[in-house]
Amino acid sequence: MSNINQSGWRPTAPEAGEESVATFTGNRALMLEEALIFEIGSTETTGVDFPIAPPLQGRGWGGGSPQAIGLGHSPTPNPSPEGEGLENRLGGLARNTPIGLPGLSEPEAVRHYTRLSRQNYAIDLGLFPLGSCTMKHNPRLNEKMARLPGFADVHPLQPVDTVQGALGVINELAVWLIELTGMHGVAMTPKAGAHGELCGILCIKAALEAKGEGHRNVILVPESAHGTNPATAAFAGYAVEDIPATAEGRVDVEALKARLGPDVAGVMITNPNTCGLFEREMKTISDAVHAAGGFVYCDGANFNAIVGRVRPGDLGIDAMHINLHKTFSTPHGGGGPGSGPVVLSEALSPFGPLPFTERHADGHITLVEEETVGDRHPHSFGRMCAFNGQMGMFTRALTYILSHGADGLRQVAEDSVLNANYILRSLEDTLDAPFASSGPCMHEAIFSDDGLPEGFSTIDIAKGLIDEGYHPMTMYFPLVVHGAMLVEPTETESKAALDQFIGALRSVAERAKAGDESLRSAPHFAPRRRLDETLAARKPVLVWKDPELAQAAE
Amino acid sequence: MRYLPLTQPDREAMLATIGAKTIDDLFVDVPVIAQLDGPIRNLPMHASELAVERHMTRLAKKNLAAGDAPFFLGCGAYRHHVPASVDHLIQRGEFLTAYTPYQPEIAQGTLQMLFEFQTQVARLLGTDVANASMYDGSTACWEAIGMARRITKRGKAILSGGLHPHYVSVAKTMAKYTGDHLETALPTLSAETDIHSLIAAIDDDTSCVVVQYPDILGRIADLRPLADAAHAKKALLVAVVTEPVALGALKSPGEMDADIVVGEGQSIGVGLQFGGPYVGLMGCKDKYIRQMPGRFCGETVDAEGKRGFVLTLSTREQHIRREKATSNICTNSGLCALAFSIHMTLLGEAGLRALAATNHAGAVAATERLAKVPGVELVNDGFFNEFTLKLSQEARPVVRALADKGILAGVSLGRLYPGADDLANGLVVAVTETTTSEDVETLASSLEEALA
Repeated sequence: MSNINQSGWRPTAPEAGEESVATFTGNRALMLEEALIFEIGSTETTGVDFPIAPPLQGRGWGGGSPQAIGLGHSPTPNPSPEGEGLENRLGGLARNTPIGLPGLSEPEAVRHYTRLSRQNYAIDLGLFPLGSCTMKHNPRLNEKMARLPGFADVHPLQPVDTVQGALGVINELAVWLIELTGMHGVAMTPKAGAHGELCGILCIKAALEAKGEGHRNVILVPESAHGTNPATAAFAGYAVEDIPATAEGRVDVEALKARLGPDVAGVMITNPNTCGLFEREMKTISDAVHAAGGFVYCDGANFNAIVGRVRPGDLGIDAMHINLHKTFSTPHGGGGPGSGPVVLSEALSPFGPLPFTERHADGHITLVEEETVGDRHPHSFGRMCAFNGQMGMFTRALTYILSHGADGLRQVAEDSVLNANYILRSLEDTLDAPFASSGPCMHEAIFSDDGLPEGFSTIDIAKGLIDEGYHPMTMYFPLVVHGAMLVEPTETESKAALDQFIGALRSVAERAKAGDESLRSAPHFAPRRRLDETLAARKPVLVWKDPELAQAAE
Repeated sequence: MRYLPLTQPDREAMLATIGAKTIDDLFVDVPVIAQLDGPIRNLPMHASELAVERHMTRLAKKNLAAGDAPFFLGCGAYRHHVPASVDHLIQRGEFLTAYTPYQPEIAQGTLQMLFEFQTQVARLLGTDVANASMYDGSTACWEAIGMARRITKRGKAILSGGLHPHYVSVAKTMAKYTGDHLETALPTLSAETDIHSLIAAIDDDTSCVVVQYPDILGRIADLRPLADAAHAKKALLVAVVTEPVALGALKSPGEMDADIVVGEGQSIGVGLQFGGPYVGLMGCKDKYIRQMPGRFCGETVDAEGKRGFVLTLSTREQHIRREKATSNICTNSGLCALAFSIHMTLLGEAGLRALAATNHAGAVAATERLAKVPGVELVNDGFFNEFTLKLSQEARPVVRALADKGILAGVSLGRLYPGADDLANGLVVAVTETTTSEDVETLASSLEEALA
């Protein structure tokens, strides 16, 4: 065959070759290694240009020229406001030592972070079945709305007349949260779920003190609770006591009732619970706790399962936080920011934190802060954070809620529960499902490591799933199930996506059951193999040290 | 509904697989009395993207955006220019829609970023280490007080009058429940900070002294004598930085021997957003890391010996230690920490110093102009990009009157300290690289009118 042209080019057909080829860079085509900014950047480099003239035409600098104070385009600007005979007002505290902050030009920075991003799994890439975390699709309309200058570029201390729209968002979202939960009031400022728990517990404590019952010093928490529950109660000065679970994964109501008494301030119960089950006797529990003089805190982490179908207020709940980053789809962002408004019963509402919004008959909204709290809200337990809470999350959550409406939110709960049950029933023949016989699950399905052969554990299943292209489920939580695997698909997965996931999990489980040793060293195809967590904890390296310094320290 | 992929035939097929007749069969564990029979009444039904966008835009337009007015507010939240690439990068789905990096093999992007963030924060604050972020400056400040209690096993914290009043308010709330005793004071409208009275107040019961740098009125004081005095009584110095850009021009608190340094990181990479989400910075000396709250990312190796990163020292944290944890914090401010880190990487040391110099230059020039206004007196001796003016009359009505004219003049101390008559004439003014000389001129001439 003659060449098509003289360059020697011709269409190629692939040939099978070596499995493992070392590369010069350590990269593997699209899988790119990326060094630390401390290895590739320099303190002389900047990716930001500053105006050549200072914005105030040099006044105040003793008449010095703009270049003299280092605002020009020189690659090594003279950064010190001192020198060149210029007056500064830094009170003799001008920095005179290097900071050690490397800079990158814009193209280098964009590439650095883009490369890093590609080492992450994310909802945008695939199903993210982390139980109790509600990793659902994050609509981009929410992001767009949060970035409107009227929301994104507003200072928290602007006069209230200039921020009526921002207060309007808070107020409108508050109304939705109250209606969806059937509660009486809502505290909007808590910054995440755990902060919301603290808000609820502080409301309970304040309410008890107001009744002269501040001596109640015990909070009852089920063994299956999130770790934040006992940590929160302990922070507020309470002794934490476990409530046992029944064999079918619910609160042991008789044991709980037996423990109630004059020293019990309240209970913290997650409903639906962390085994993915609805606490059938929630109302009975609430009534018993109330009869004994205590209050009921509900961890609302799993509200997604019931939103629009069940109102916690109808179950006798006194306080419940709502993770806007779970049920209402504000992005998890690799670990926050969250937002944890707390809905409150009539009994607890007077004690909620500052500040909050108040809508008047003429539509004008005021912000009740320390100044007016004495007249309007004298029992408030105080302030939990500076400013007005997670406004950027409020705009996203409200956008999501308005998109769904009352009908769509109900469908959210139904589809999330349907998807979880579909997974439960599709896999209960392969994996041990400890509560499957007791009835349907809510929005998450739980499996255990029972039935895996000696030497195989939940972590091997999890890491095997990574090779299949999935983020693993929540593992070893809740503590009440041995080797727990908690799978929450959410409502934003299609049937086809679920079917593929079910196939993958079944395959991995069957490999484990067959004693496939390769699982114990999985993942094989991720950017990193299993990492040495023991080493990290034993010899903590928490910051980068420049090589010569690190050497000197040894 | 555009966010729900299941079709009606899908739902029917899945119910059949499950062995349920209707969706209601899956909710049998909910008592009938608590079951709603349909969508909650009196709430709107689902809406198109266009309709939602209209509604939200209408609300947004009812606010006066900082960028649409001469703008001078600070006091714990600052308006800085954020490069476009920061917002682009944090919206990459692999960052935006990832979870806390509990599965490190597929979260190296977030983890490496956190390791870089911790290092940037530690270097900026002048501490040995920093954690992977807290909710915001005010909650980080409270956590620092709790941390000092655990380290010193003492329960009295002395809070400077120059500490942001919201931070004081948060600390007071928390102290009610933990039994800490807080000594607090109001600031005075003078050039002098309260460093000397703080030094005098430290005793053998003191766990820590908490001081803001620069303080709420923008004043700056050398923290070294305070650190020495605290250490002489085996107490800790907690320094609070609400404007991290200042540390591009000023000595870091760590350099002056502060033991724990906390801060509000919003200034770098994160917009004003009406107060949140922001990003709490927290660093400390090496010897105290086991008492730190929050997450740490640490370096390690994988099974093939390649460098990698994991969350570490989690035996301090609630998910392992439950009621014995150092804090109940779980979710923190990951994405805002990313924004901070990207912006800081774009700046680099040269850029941060230039940014700080620009801010300070602008503030110095502004004080010269504003101090010429009859009825205006500059309170500060030293300052960075924020200073306090003492007006010839109460500042709060002046701020409101200027707002009516579309000028966001600053923060009146009457808003922050209602009822404190001695402070009522104070106006705190911040000047950043976003402030133009025309803005300053507008403020000056408007103040001239208002105070005439």
